[in-house]
Amino acid sequence: MTDFEPNILAFCCNWCSYAAADLAGIGRMKQPTNVKIVRVMCSGRVKPEFVIKALADGVDGVLILGCHIGDCHYVSGNHRTKKRFEIFSKLLGHMGIDPRRIRLDWASAAEAIEFAKIITDFTETIKELGPNNYAGKHERATA
Amino acid sequence: MTEEHTHEVVDGTPEMDEPRIGVYICDCGVNIAATVDTKAVTEHASKLPYVVIAKNYKYMCSDPGQNLIKDDIKEYNLNRVVVASCTPRMHEPTFRAAVVEAGLNPCLFEMANIREHCSWIHKEMDSATVKAIKIVELSVARAPLLEPLTAAEVGVTRVGLVVGGGIAGVRAARDIADRGFPVHLVEREPYLGGRIIWLSKLFPLRKCEEDCVGDCAPCFVTPELKEAVNNPNIHVHVNSEVSDLDGYVGNFNVKIKENPLYVDKDRCTLCGECTKVCPVSVKNDNDYGMSERKAIYRPSEAAVPVTYVLDDVNCSYFTGGQCEGHPLCVDACKFGAINIDAKERTVEAEVGAIVVATGSDNYDASQKSELLPQHPRVMTAPEFERISSHLGPTKGELLVNGTKPEKVAFISCVGSREGTGNTYCSRVCCMYTAKEAHTVRKKLPDAKITVYYTDVRTFGKGHDEFYVKVLNEDVQYRQRELGHRLEVVENGPNVVVRAEGHDDFEADLVVLATGMVPRSDAAEVMRLFNISRSADGFYLEAHPKLRPIDTFTDGVFLAGCCQFPKDITDTMFQASGAAARACGILSSPKLSLGEAVAFADETCTGCGQCVETCQYSAISLEEKDGKVVAVVNDILCKACGTCIAACPSGSMQQKHYTDEQVLAMISAMGGSSV
Repeated sequence: MTDFEPNILAFCCNWCSYAAADLAGIGRMKQPTNVKIVRVMCSGRVKPEFVIKALADGVDGVLILGCHIGDCHYVSGNHRTKKRFEIFSKLLGHMGIDPRRIRLDWASAAEAIEFAKIITDFTETIKELGPNNYAGKHERATA
Repeated sequence: MTEEHTHEVVDGTPEMDEPRIGVYICDCGVNIAATVDTKAVTEHASKLPYVVIAKNYKYMCSDPGQNLIKDDIKEYNLNRVVVASCTPRMHEPTFRAAVVEAGLNPCLFEMANIREHCSWIHKEMDSATVKAIKIVELSVARAPLLEPLTAAEVGVTRVGLVVGGGIAGVRAARDIADRGFPVHLVEREPYLGGRIIWLSKLFPLRKCEEDCVGDCAPCFVTPELKEAVNNPNIHVHVNSEVSDLDGYVGNFNVKIKENPLYVDKDRCTLCGECTKVCPVSVKNDNDYGMSERKAIYRPSEAAVPVTYVLDDVNCSYFTGGQCEGHPLCVDACKFGAINIDAKERTVEAEVGAIVVATGSDNYDASQKSELLPQHPRVMTAPEFERISSHLGPTKGELLVNGTKPEKVAFISCVGSREGTGNTYCSRVCCMYTAKEAHTVRKKLPDAKITVYYTDVRTFGKGHDEFYVKVLNEDVQYRQRELGHRLEVVENGPNVVVRAEGHDDFEADLVVLATGMVPRSDAAEVMRLFNISRSADGFYLEAHPKLRPIDTFTDGVFLAGCCQFPKDITDTMFQASGAAARACGILSSPKLSLGEAVAFADETCTGCGQCVETCQYSAISLEEKDGKVVAVVNDILCKACGTCIAACPSGSMQQKHYTDEQVLAMISAMGGSSV
């Protein structure tokens, strides 16, 4: 499994985690190349459907990164995200998806080191889990 | 965006237009090109669907770089532009402006971040190039689905509102007024100045040797307050409260409830005849019960407007006492200044921007029973300020129960920095304790003075110098741990301070350095102005570092201790900042409110989930064609998109971040086109 290079998608909110990613860049904090970022205004915008779609399309892991609880630019958007993904991650097991493929985490605009660590750790986790085989299952189920 | 172009897009039904994308890959000198093979990325991008032209350039953000885009838009008839360069948080506005100049709607521009998120964080060119290609693919996948959008624009009412007439509110109102805008200044008390007019001197004293060198609070504050009252642009509403507020940035409607003072300040000559005949005497709250006042009284010699006022809660004309039907003060006033029949009235005003400067409360020391707060020899720092002020009940003589104290103890951090409760530092107590210790030393040269402190925080300009000076005035500072037991016990007429690790100290005056707490009605005011509070109960700023004056409600700004404890210097900084932020709105010809608003499509069932989710009350349920549906107010919507994820029927959508656009990017993630 050492050669496996996972394909990972990260949803970052515009105000905290995307800014943390920028700051990590400014600080030249080296990270694995596996993670690609899609910017949304708030982590609260991320529908569970987006995650399912990503997994069905063969993405190996999905990160949802928002502002810390209490610091949400939209006051409570991340509270909604948290509630939603706590329930959602319980369903993943029933769908044959290891819940570790999805991670919800927080990084403030100042937390570049923490951001880089999340990216690195999550990439390691997905490498250990191996390729996502939900894509094939999903195709069979919907065929 | 030009009128001409908007017209063209609407007529051209953009959905039907074949997307024609131009992709521009930036080298950013070596910043990107050293790690990413930009030529390979460009080559790959040129083969992606709908891409008409792909180019690579050294600096896309430079004038030649922008001209490249503008020229291509015309030459190749491009209707979408993707730039792969730095973070959109940096140059998105630059490139948006460039495409607008070439006649494209700014929302038809898309940016891919291959610098902060790629070249700067990777070393190997091969894998970084593969990633950069993927990032560009994501943006190119989204681009065809971009739609031309026009942001809602609103006009601005060029009038300010400042809530709270303490030193913060007065500063903010004067700054707004001085820039030429009318401003309503609303104060709950019958006078301006808030807490500051009840203080003695203000730290750091600039010249400790002298008795008074202009650091005396009333001496320098009263002229400031008079300036506000005399400014023709400031409408001062004392004894008043904001009773209702609605609207949005640039266009708020406010109701101000004005309670009568019963005395016409323009006729009142301060002769005091009314007070002499007033039969009612009550404890003076401003002196913490250490003095009495009449029901018609002058709040303070420092109070502005300069007038007597009548307190109708205690006045016997209103309570049915001696003056019922025949108020003695009215007869006594030779100038006809008293109008006992004055009624409360409500002023309605339209305002464009609001500064909330409602201040804080003093920590209630009665919660600290181990410090004997009710003992006659124990007082809080605000009480000490009264007995050390020349306008106070003792005319500035330090007297406790009529005698001069000889052994004075100060206890810091009372109600601050606790494990539970107020975990924060109130930021002023260390300095005012030093100042009060200095005051005791000046007034009572032979007194024994001991300060019990946990840490001494003297971070302001001139603060540490002042503290060191006080240390050298024979003031004993005794450090203790925050968690250590400290108590005050009775000892005959005096008290004894017992602190872990220190000898007992017998004192005939103990001063408790109490901190600041949020106003008791902070929750009510929060709801009125649709702002938030942080965990400590103070009003929450939009960002602790980048936007410490703004709230999350556009057009509402914070000044002074309602946001967090701060000293007068910092309060003035913030007040002037808040005024400047407010004037930014008041001076805008029009406000553009962003394009990415939410909307419900025709499948909405009116379940109301979104209404509940929206933090900004931007969504309401309304009847349309016989069915109840969700309607989004474009002006109130802040574009977070949380309602969309909450919508069970998928009918809630967001412009510029549509599900289709996000899903297209996700598809591009999965696709193996590399």
